[in-house]
Amino acid sequence: MHSKKPFYILVALLFILGVSTCLYRSVEHHVPFLPGQQVQSWAVDAKVSFQGSGKPVEASFSLPQDPAYEVLVENTTSPGYGFSISNADNQDKRAIWSKRAASGRQDLYYKVTLIPTGQTKIAASEEPDAPTPYIWPATEKAAAEQVTQEVWDHSATNLSFAQQLNKEFNATERSQNVELLLSGNSATKLFINILHNKAIPAREVSGLYLEDQRRRQELVNFVEIYNEGQWYLFNPNDGTQGRPENLLLWGQSGKSVLDVIGGTNSQVSFSMLQDTRSALATSIDILRNNDALSFSLYQLPLEEQSLFKGILLIPIGVLMVVFLRVLIGIKTSGTFMPVLIALAFIQTTLFTGLVGFLLIVACGLMIRAYLSQLNLLLISRISAVIIVVIGIIGVFTLLSYKLGLSEGLTITFFPMIILAWTIERMSILWEEEGPKEVVIQGGGSLLVATLAYLAMSASWVQHWVFNFLGIHLIILALVLVMGQYTGYRLLELRRFKPLAGE
Amino acid sequence: MILARPRALRKNGVLSMNKRNIDYIGRYNQRKFYKRVDDKLSTKRLAVANGIAVPDLIGTIFVQHAINDIPKMVRGLPGFVIKPAKGSGGKGILVITKMEGDRYFKPNGDEVLHDELYRHVSNVLSGLFSLGGNPDVAIVEGLIQFDPVFEGYSYEGVPDIRLIVFKGFPVMGMLRLSTAASDGKANLHQGAVGVGIDIGTGKGLHAVQFDNPLDFHPDTQKKLTAIAVPEWDTLLHTASRAYEMSGMGYLGTDMVLDKNRGPLLLELNARPGLAIQIANNRGLLGPLQHIERLGDEPMSVEDRVTYSKEHFCF
Ligand SMILES: Nc1ncnc2c1ncn2[C@@H]1O[C@H](COP(=O)(O)OP(=O)(O)O)[C@@H](O)[C@H]1O
Ligand SMILES: [Mg+2]
Repeated sequence: MHSKKPFYILVALLFILGVSTCLYRSVEHHVPFLPGQQVQSWAVDAKVSFQGSGKPVEASFSLPQDPAYEVLVENTTSPGYGFSISNADNQDKRAIWSKRAASGRQDLYYKVTLIPTGQTKIAASEEPDAPTPYIWPATEKAAAEQVTQEVWDHSATNLSFAQQLNKEFNATERSQNVELLLSGNSATKLFINILHNKAIPAREVSGLYLEDQRRRQELVNFVEIYNEGQWYLFNPNDGTQGRPENLLLWGQSGKSVLDVIGGTNSQVSFSMLQDTRSALATSIDILRNNDALSFSLYQLPLEEQSLFKGILLIPIGVLMVVFLRVLIGIKTSGTFMPVLIALAFIQTTLFTGLVGFLLIVACGLMIRAYLSQLNLLLISRISAVIIVVIGIIGVFTLLSYKLGLSEGLTITFFPMIILAWTIERMSILWEEEGPKEVVIQGGGSLLVATLAYLAMSASWVQHWVFNFLGIHLIILALVLVMGQYTGYRLLELRRFKPLAGE
Repeated sequence: MILARPRALRKNGVLSMNKRNIDYIGRYNQRKFYKRVDDKLSTKRLAVANGIAVPDLIGTIFVQHAINDIPKMVRGLPGFVIKPAKGSGGKGILVITKMEGDRYFKPNGDEVLHDELYRHVSNVLSGLFSLGGNPDVAIVEGLIQFDPVFEGYSYEGVPDIRLIVFKGFPVMGMLRLSTAASDGKANLHQGAVGVGIDIGTGKGLHAVQFDNPLDFHPDTQKKLTAIAVPEWDTLLHTASRAYEMSGMGYLGTDMVLDKNRGPLLLELNARPGLAIQIANNRGLLGPLQHIERLGDEPMSVEDRVTYSKEHFCF
């Protein structure tokens, strides 16, 4: 007896591979586990305006770069302007508008749709260079050094230094030194200067509070402090720390948000709108944006996609049949005939499908009874039955059209050859073993077909088989495992009941 | 409770369908030998070559137009049987027990018209009754005149004796008796009665029909367990020899007792059914595992039969 170990390793590998590809799809590509799931999206409009003076202008506007938000669509409206997006070192994404001569008031628009990713931490891709220490002007030097020293003594790390400093800035009774320094500097600037003086990497960033249906919003300044591979957000103006909810980080480079060369009075204002959209469509859009769609069924033309949606359901039906045969012990006429019938049910819906199936088979049996008196060869008899089945389907389709029963039209989805064989088998069964056996076997097949249909028509099943292809590896593993099951079938427990007792 | 507890069944060594398929048929029956048992014509030839008696082969029909030769073939015989060479489970078997000139009658007295006969054989040739639906040939076989000891036990048909032979050891036996429901054939799922037979003595033990235990034949009312199969030793020997002949480790042999010719081998089955356990009121797993434990020491047919009679009797 050879070892079953390699088999179980194979099954385990298939299973793990299947589960992990599913998880990857969900975590990495944000494909939702349930169909019909919704995500929030934000539509943000930025309006850049300035006064032109007839000279060449170039407006450079930093764009949102925030790991907590994924850009879904972005576009600009700026008639008469040349436009490009620059992205220096992947760090500083900016929109550049330019025009040879602009005079009067200029309005440029940038629209973006954003999806929250739930990733609130700001990881640093590389350790930033130590900042050049800030040189204090003589008037502030003494006060600044004193404040710095005090906070330094009360802290242990970069992070705790910034925390203490932030507290110091916003204490109800601020020290005289702090008061003095704040009178000549903005809190943000001062905060950064003190940190830079201690060689702690820190930078100014702008953020936008996202609130539904707000107009004319302004950016708010924050400070980011680097500590062990991550940037931490501080707001020295109100003493808070960490990322507030619904904050979108706009320019993150530490450079100014808007630079206009050749224009005056430049300003930027924002308006925003919250929206919900399908999580699935969103994740597909994101994948398309990132060019990650290259190995996905969504690449296919729509027609092939819908074809595949049907094909990928077959493993579910097959799994159902294997389950019902190996574990339950139901007998069906024709091993996978119920799967094909179930596929037809998906098109017709269950009730119409059942009625249609019974009608066709009943009519077929009657006509087959006549054919059986003609002494035909099997092959020509089956062929005749196929043609008759097509005729029956045609008649029923026409009839239901005339009667205005639109459900009846779907009857054409039945696989005709399979129906013909079913009729042939049933008719032989009828002759050999009587109508009772026909009802038993036909009923068994219909039961399996119905169960397979119920499994295949569940919307989350359809969602899974198409969007998480790893599920098919799991099904494969399950089918292989069931193929090794040597225990009793459910119906055997009844069959062998007389053998259980004394 | 209508369901048995799996633990109780396991304790009594009841073999399940899945286990039979994987651990016995899958492991002990080699693919390449299947042809010897799945094709009744091959089995017949093989049996004759090995000196095992089989029912007379009257003729074989390979092509459609040869069907018309059947009346000539069977003229003057007391009766005949037509069966698909690759059929199973009694499907497609037509038993003609009475002939008046060129008129044929089934065991229940119904006449089979020539048209019907023609269509039936034509269906056989098309593969309607065969494994996988492949084209087949029809075998015309002499009617077996069953041994009078079975008089009253079998209704309108020939009883056959099924033995499960594992690695050449007959491990369990059953007598199958036709009933009105089974239409002259002794296949259980068509309604024949199965009577478990003691391997040691050939005596009846228990009886079932449609998987339910019963005591009396439903048509003749005879007490089923009172039966004793004659020539039991010869039957055991023939079954045991079928192992070497077919090469199949897990085998079901179907034999009949002819009034004039004695035990005849009807057919071999590579996938014998499990109802024999209910007829014997005993699981197969015990004897099967017993033999697996014996190892692969070769034993003569004689020794195997003696061993079986000693160890698997009641
Ligand atoms: N030559 C025959 N004479 C009388 N009855 C027969 C004959 N051959 C088969 N039968 C009946 O048909 C049944 C099934 O035949 P068998 O050859 O075992 O085919 P299957 O593979 O379909 O079981 C037998 O149990 C027996 O009752
Ligand atoms: Mg048989």
